[in-house]
Amino acid sequence: MDLGEIQAYAYFFFTAFLVAVLYGYIFHLYRSEKKGTRDYEKYGQMALDDEVSSKPIEKKEESVDSQKLAKGE
Amino acid sequence: MGNQNPLAYDYTVAKWFLWATIAFGIIGMTVGVFIAFQMAFPELNYLFGEYGTFSRLRPLHTNGVAFGFTMSGIFATWYYVGQRVLKVSMAESSFLMAVGKLHFIVYVLTILLAVVTLLSGITTSKEYAELEWPLDLMVTLFWVLWGVSIFGLIGIRRERTLYISIWYYIAAFLAVAMLHVFNNMEVPTYFVAGVGDWYHSVSLYAGTNDALVQWWYGHNAVAFVFTTPIVAMIYYFLPKESGQAVYSYKLSLLSFWGLMFVYLWAGGHHLIYSTVPDWMQTMGSVFSIVLILPSWGSAINMLLTMKGEWEQLQSNPLIKFMVLGSTFYMLSTLEGPIQAIKSVNALAHFTDWIPGHVHDGTLGWVGFMIIAAMYHMTPRLFKKELYSKKLMETQFWLQTMGIVLYFSSMWIAGITQGMMWRATDEFGNLSYSFIDTVTVLHPYYTIRAIGGALYLIGIFIWAYNIYKTMKSGRELEDAEVNVNKSPMAENR
Repeated sequence: MDLGEIQAYAYFFFTAFLVAVLYGYIFHLYRSEKKGTRDYEKYGQMALDDEVSSKPIEKKEESVDSQKLAKGE
Repeated sequence: MGNQNPLAYDYTVAKWFLWATIAFGIIGMTVGVFIAFQMAFPELNYLFGEYGTFSRLRPLHTNGVAFGFTMSGIFATWYYVGQRVLKVSMAESSFLMAVGKLHFIVYVLTILLAVVTLLSGITTSKEYAELEWPLDLMVTLFWVLWGVSIFGLIGIRRERTLYISIWYYIAAFLAVAMLHVFNNMEVPTYFVAGVGDWYHSVSLYAGTNDALVQWWYGHNAVAFVFTTPIVAMIYYFLPKESGQAVYSYKLSLLSFWGLMFVYLWAGGHHLIYSTVPDWMQTMGSVFSIVLILPSWGSAINMLLTMKGEWEQLQSNPLIKFMVLGSTFYMLSTLEGPIQAIKSVNALAHFTDWIPGHVHDGTLGWVGFMIIAAMYHMTPRLFKKELYSKKLMETQFWLQTMGIVLYFSSMWIAGITQGMMWRATDEFGNLSYSFIDTVTVLHPYYTIRAIGGALYLIGIFIWAYNIYKTMKSGRELEDAEVNVNKSPMAENR
């Protein structure tokens, strides 16, 4: 097998791999929504409800240190 | 943080960058229109001695609009959108506020020095990377400051998830940092060999390698200055202004990763039929064509966001700017891949079709998005109603006409030029000499300059409208500001 042939096979399999990754990602997005692990579409509200006093869509969790600090430990 | 006053977003830095956007827009585009007239009427080259020649002014135009107008627009929107979608105010961190102000000062100083050095003819001669090494260091400094601002604000955010726009700002930050550093690897000749002035340098790369690095940089400057941060803008401003959440968040995820993966490999299309290895040219072509998918993913997502709300296109001039902007994004991201096909490139390369293509994207997509973003921000920054809706409408139609004249004349000019260069008689001799093409192209150059002038008039209308808003727009209550559709004077 000469170099050109190896390149051709590598090219084909790499393309097939990338296509699999792309469709795998789409599948992952839809499956996690269907299983209820994640609701991606709610994040779209972040642009609309964006006053500093608005309730965050998902509040950032406090770090362990700051939780301890708040409890006075 | 004072407990007496309710927390509010602090737009000080955003305001400063808004003014810079307008100022650099006027400077960069006035120079652009002037050099467009020089192409049609060469006598205009002799008005200001060496400082008025096309060769001095062209880098001033490209740097002025890319790194002056566009970049100020990117920074202005970052200091606005960043706070809002992360739900954190700059007023909460005096450190980030100081970084933001320093960012602005170093940035403006750099761009002003760029104007002076480019006018004086001090240049590395690398397209879009003309600035000499001392200025490159200043660019690095303000870029790092921007990075501190981005990641600092992310660090103190209230919203756990980063909104789509934030990903695109981060991508722009990381990619430009990498591009800037690697393409500006240069040797200061005075310090290394005692040759030239202290600010002179030569590239670290030679020959074909230099060309490859240069066009990896050049094309990705388009990607990460003219595309990703502008996509960041539209993902925020179009949903907000229309009151419609983005059509599909999942599609935005897919388009983002697609764009990130593909864009960096497409630069080779600038070097088709040159001395770089053939496989690199082919790779550049192929990746350019694949690039249609993620680009159209974002653009279609934006158009579908308007689903059921298309009557806003008639009633709201800001929606007009953004929808047309996203349409021009689709047009230029289809046109680019077509030009990257080897056989089309054989005809198109070095012709006027290329600046035609660039200006579809920059005037139609980048310019319109920044104009709309600044209009949207103005009432929120100054708590004033936008001064005139009619002026906005006039500006929109003038500029749209300008863009159409620009690209149609350049399409015709470019293809005519390409066909004339390759035409041969039955013996294989070239049918035309270079001057024949110049004569034929003259009317198209004139039309292009007129198109550019119409766009520039629009920029002056935009500046005037924002100035009048600040000076004499109706004062707004908080409740009137905190709405989706930008408040504007309907009858003026």
